[in-house]
Amino acid sequence: MSKTDVSRRGVLKTSAVAGAGLAVPTIFTAQSAAAFTNEPTGSSVTLGFNVPQTGPYADEGADELRAYELAVEHLNGGGDGGMMNTFSSKALQGNGILGKKVEYVTGDTQTKSDAARASAKSMIEKDGAVMITGGSSSGVAVAVQALCQEAGVIFMAGLTHSNDTTGKDKKANGFRHFFNSYMSGAALAPILAANYGNDRKAYHLTADYNWGYTTEEAVRNSTEALGWDTVAAVKTPLTQTDFSSYIAPVLQSGADVLVLNHYGGNMVNSLTNAVQFGLRDKEVNGKNFEIVVPLYSRLMARGAGANVKGIFGSTNWHWSLPDAGTQAFVKSFGTKYGFPPSQAAHTCYVQALLYADAVERAGSFNPCAVGEALEGFQFDGMGNGPTLYRAADHQCFKDVLVVKGKENPTSEFDLLEIVEITPVSQVTYDASIFGGELGACNPGA
Amino acid sequence: MDALLLQFLNGLDKGSAYALIALGLTLIFGTLGVVNFAHGALFMIGAFCAVTLNRILTLSHEVIDETRTDFLGNPLKVDVPYVYDIFGEATGAAIIDWSVPLAILFAIPVMIGVGVAMERGLIRHFYKRPHADQILVTFGLAIVLQEIIKYYYGANPIPTPAPAAFTGSFDFGAMIGFEPNTIIYPYWRLVYFCFAAVIIGAVFAFLQFTTFGMVVRAGMADRETVGLLGIDIDRRFTIMFGMAAAVAGLAGVMYAPITSPNYHMGMDFLVLSFVVVVVGGMGSLPGAVLAGFLLGILESFASMREVLEIVPGLNQIIIYLVAIVILLTRPRGLMGRKGVMEE
Repeated sequence: MSKTDVSRRGVLKTSAVAGAGLAVPTIFTAQSAAAFTNEPTGSSVTLGFNVPQTGPYADEGADELRAYELAVEHLNGGGDGGMMNTFSSKALQGNGILGKKVEYVTGDTQTKSDAARASAKSMIEKDGAVMITGGSSSGVAVAVQALCQEAGVIFMAGLTHSNDTTGKDKKANGFRHFFNSYMSGAALAPILAANYGNDRKAYHLTADYNWGYTTEEAVRNSTEALGWDTVAAVKTPLTQTDFSSYIAPVLQSGADVLVLNHYGGNMVNSLTNAVQFGLRDKEVNGKNFEIVVPLYSRLMARGAGANVKGIFGSTNWHWSLPDAGTQAFVKSFGTKYGFPPSQAAHTCYVQALLYADAVERAGSFNPCAVGEALEGFQFDGMGNGPTLYRAADHQCFKDVLVVKGKENPTSEFDLLEIVEITPVSQVTYDASIFGGELGACNPGA
Repeated sequence: MDALLLQFLNGLDKGSAYALIALGLTLIFGTLGVVNFAHGALFMIGAFCAVTLNRILTLSHEVIDETRTDFLGNPLKVDVPYVYDIFGEATGAAIIDWSVPLAILFAIPVMIGVGVAMERGLIRHFYKRPHADQILVTFGLAIVLQEIIKYYYGANPIPTPAPAAFTGSFDFGAMIGFEPNTIIYPYWRLVYFCFAAVIIGAVFAFLQFTTFGMVVRAGMADRETVGLLGIDIDRRFTIMFGMAAAVAGLAGVMYAPITSPNYHMGMDFLVLSFVVVVVGGMGSLPGAVLAGFLLGILESFASMREVLEIVPGLNQIIIYLVAIVILLTRPRGLMGRKGVMEE
């Protein structure tokens, strides 16, 4: 007969060792047995969709999530296949990714960097997500990208427009399909010069955060190179809702163009205030006063209502493009949800497919293999024409759309018209101008 | 000089909103002794009354337009509002155009109802609880209300334009002898200022010249004695809560064309309105109005480019700086009464 002695000290020792083991995040323990973080071993693979489900960009987040759900459906062989039918790469077969069924978990970024990092961390550690994607803010994208780099998973950015995401804050594990502030400035400036002339005085109102600064800098550099003069650039708090005290002095400054480096609710309110103050009805320096919004989105345009009519801006993609990829995506999305997708939905859908395709081509979920497959990858059929994922900074290079608020919209979705498709050569820049280092890819092992 | 006058005018409409919200806050605090952090949410609900009435008036049935196609290439479904069918297209369009002013009539009963329900259903249970409890429960209520609005209306701002007759602006500078285009002021902001002046005047007249108002003022001064006289002061205070909610709601309705309503707009005004109440003097109705306009105008001056070049970010802290100075020099605020919040 055996006797088991259970002493208080022994229980404490055992508990301490077990507790310490449990306390070590799986992000570090899992790698000891696997080649890379969250290597899928079963019949399914989990992707993490980190989008703003609450907060000021919740509507954009909802559209991103719809796009991801559609992408998962198509990857698993459901629906009509959407852009998989038009994608130039034919690696995706509609049987999941590498034969594994695609499953997903979602997180809420709340458009706050700390919340976004926490939700991404949870999806990686608790849910075993092998890739994180989504978001509607550059601050969030930079924060989550850095986390994914540390954790050893791929980050496919959602809507992020700051130069820094693939500039000074770029990471080897992070990839951006969306265009950036530099491209907006480079695409817009010639159109502005053609429509408003080379002798203009611009007044900038700029959202007081990273994206605002890079956008102001890009538009200033581009317009000043064409002969425009910048008479003032005023920072506005991100929390501002009434811009009257910023807009009222614009006419007194002698400016004849107002550039609103604002996004989301900021843009809706500042543009509404500018129109209320009658700026667009004024004549200054013998010219009609004009307003420019460097980054447009359809969801924002809907918020600003009739105030967007005739105002120029840039956008990454628009549902009215005639190419086969856009048509296929709009048909899939529109049939499933009853309205056309936003540019946020488009970039997220494309990112999900690009990731899956890279895994198929690499033959592995290893983030370093996937990164290698994405670097320098040239593709077409995804709505933006021929596109390159540049190896030097993991930024996509493609044509940029210059749009204008439509004078006579036929529906609440038909608010913007494309006035120019700026060729990629005009918006391409040297990868080194924004600084930063990609560093080495981290598989998490 | 023209720049100063311009910022003074700009401060008037924001000051009007601060004054209206602070007036309601002071009414509730003065009568019920409750620090109501859900008051900003009432302002927001008022703005969404304008959105809701606009949506009701634009309720439509679909008519197929075979000559045009939608984004999927199908025949375009055109929405035709029912008011067009009932009143004809011209009158129907005019009714929709005037939806914001019409929303005043819609918002008054809605806001009184919301206010009374809020007071009877929740806040009355916290009359005898510490102010910290009241702040926690009303702040929680504000979050719940804004999340409900977000659930039904989404997170993005909803454009709610003023009637076409009041869009655009007028050259106030040219009218008083300045250079043209130096002092521009939108028509609707002038309307808002006048509307706020009328509402503030009506509240003061109601309290000053009606028996009901007299009883309320007596109750604010000495609730116990009024109760001992056999007057049901609680019932009157509940009605005052409803009135304060209506004032905040009306401020929100008319503010909708100035800032497109969004679920968070109440929070943006709430904290500043509390500072306004404190600067004006807790429990002082004239103090709340005075401080509302004063701080609105000061905030506008602090947003001038010339000022921001000297002190960056001053516009974001000016109200709090003034509050610190006032509380250091006049601890009861500009027009505060002795004994309020001092026990």
